[in-house]
Amino acid sequence: MVPVMEQMNANALTDAEALKLRADFPVLEQQVYGKPLVYLDNAATTQKPKAVIDRITNYYTYENGTVRRGVYKLSEQSTQAFDEARRKVAALLNAPSANEVIFVRGTTEAINLVASSYGRTFFQPGDEVIISALEHHANIVPWQQICLERGATLKVIPCNDAGELDMEAYERLLSGKTRFVAVGHVSNALGTINPVKHIIDKAHALGVPVLVDGAQAAPHMPVDVQALDCDFYAFSGHKIYGPTGVGVLYGKMKHLEAMPPYQCGGDMIHSVTFEKTIFAKPPAKFEAGTPAIAQVIGLGEAVDYVQAIGLDRIGRYEDELLKYATARMLEIPEVRLIGTAFEKAGILSFTVKGAHPHDIGTILDREGIAIRAGHHCAQPVMERFGVPATARASFSFYNTREDVDRLIDAVHIVIKMFN
Amino acid sequence: MSDYNELYQQIILEHNKKPRNFKVVESANAYSLGKNPLCGDQFAVYTKLDAEGKIEDIGFQGDGCAISKASASLMTNAVKGKTRDEALQMKEEFQQLLTGQLDATDEHHLGRLTILAGVKEYPVRVKCATLAWHTLAAALEGQAEATTE
Repeated sequence: MVPVMEQMNANALTDAEALKLRADFPVLEQQVYGKPLVYLDNAATTQKPKAVIDRITNYYTYENGTVRRGVYKLSEQSTQAFDEARRKVAALLNAPSANEVIFVRGTTEAINLVASSYGRTFFQPGDEVIISALEHHANIVPWQQICLERGATLKVIPCNDAGELDMEAYERLLSGKTRFVAVGHVSNALGTINPVKHIIDKAHALGVPVLVDGAQAAPHMPVDVQALDCDFYAFSGHKIYGPTGVGVLYGKMKHLEAMPPYQCGGDMIHSVTFEKTIFAKPPAKFEAGTPAIAQVIGLGEAVDYVQAIGLDRIGRYEDELLKYATARMLEIPEVRLIGTAFEKAGILSFTVKGAHPHDIGTILDREGIAIRAGHHCAQPVMERFGVPATARASFSFYNTREDVDRLIDAVHIVIKMFN
Repeated sequence: MSDYNELYQQIILEHNKKPRNFKVVESANAYSLGKNPLCGDQFAVYTKLDAEGKIEDIGFQGDGCAISKASASLMTNAVKGKTRDEALQMKEEFQQLLTGQLDATDEHHLGRLTILAGVKEYPVRVKCATLAWHTLAAALEGQAEATTE
């Protein structure tokens, strides 16, 4: 029986299943400017299923109490639900222990935490930190700033014209000076799936730890931090159908133990006198103050939701949708696709001849289609491809081929207007 | 007809495609570089003021959306021959027009610039239309840089 289950799970979601799941998202039922909403900005944020909305409502309606403090029923229940969410996230990532899962505000804070705590402690003048040409600003600026502070140098893995990282150049950058590597799992601007396992193996051969920015990967494919053997993995709750204001930093316990706290306050201490503080063990050590309890519990519900569908099946469905959208876009001579890597997740960045991406965005909006237009917080990527900005459609399992057809029709309206 | 045709009128599309005064003014004596940090749009505005403070020549360079480029093009035509103070007055009125504080039927000095009034229905695009004006005002006030923020 087991092999049959595995085979089923390896199949993509069917169109009928996707359509059924779409009905779980109340926001998608609305009309925009008299047209049914087509939401294609999932790389920016995903919509929330009713299960997540109800879970948060229920929490505030019946369960609200602070965690880890109260000796009363509400607090005990909150603490239990909060801890349960941590175990769910640990299972999602296949983390060896839930204590290696730290709740933060989002991917940005997760990376800042590591740059600030690990970087300030371990980076020395002359050290080198390697990132890639495809990074979001959130995985550039924290490293750039800590390098400035510590007298370290930032090195960048270049990419080719398809938007794939140059692995030979990466190996040349690695040296005895390399102190840290931080790379995105999936590029938010182009959709490239980076060979993170290979990147990690090469760094580990020199004893260099690696952080993976998984903001665009965790919602769209199974992630196994033990198989990857990454030292840190970060993602955001709101991009995986959960609430805003919560994100996750996974870190190997050996690092979390060696790192000083990122912020200090309540909840993260073992004992305090005016002379000395003994810090709590991870994860509490990195979670000062009252956490985003409802959001963490909501994220736990979102994790249950995607796990029940199967991230493998989600990924395969989105891949089919991307291939369909790519093929249809390639039929249009005025469209240029930015980012044509062989391995891509459901992100389609493009430009239209004669039309600025913001004009594309405005016209698509009035056609009921929500896409992102701009530099996607990845200005170096825009510079690399010689464009000021792109239009970007990004897919979720609740999108359909019909959504793609609506997008294509609207792109034709843009072309007609500007040419 | 979808309502965005109000925004993307023929004259705006035409100015986007063939912007007027899209040039560097070599003899400029007032210059500024304007940026919209939200979207990365960027325009340089060059003006040559004569002895009486009149805009003798004006040009702009840069990259941006149709709204920002057409607005910049229309602006250069509109302020040529105007005094520094008249141009700054027009900048104020233009901004008021796009933020709903001034109606096209009110008394103003904007002339045909009112064809951009439709932008006020698109709040996120107002900064696109005003970028060139912010940049011109900065140039006339002796500031080398301008921002919509």
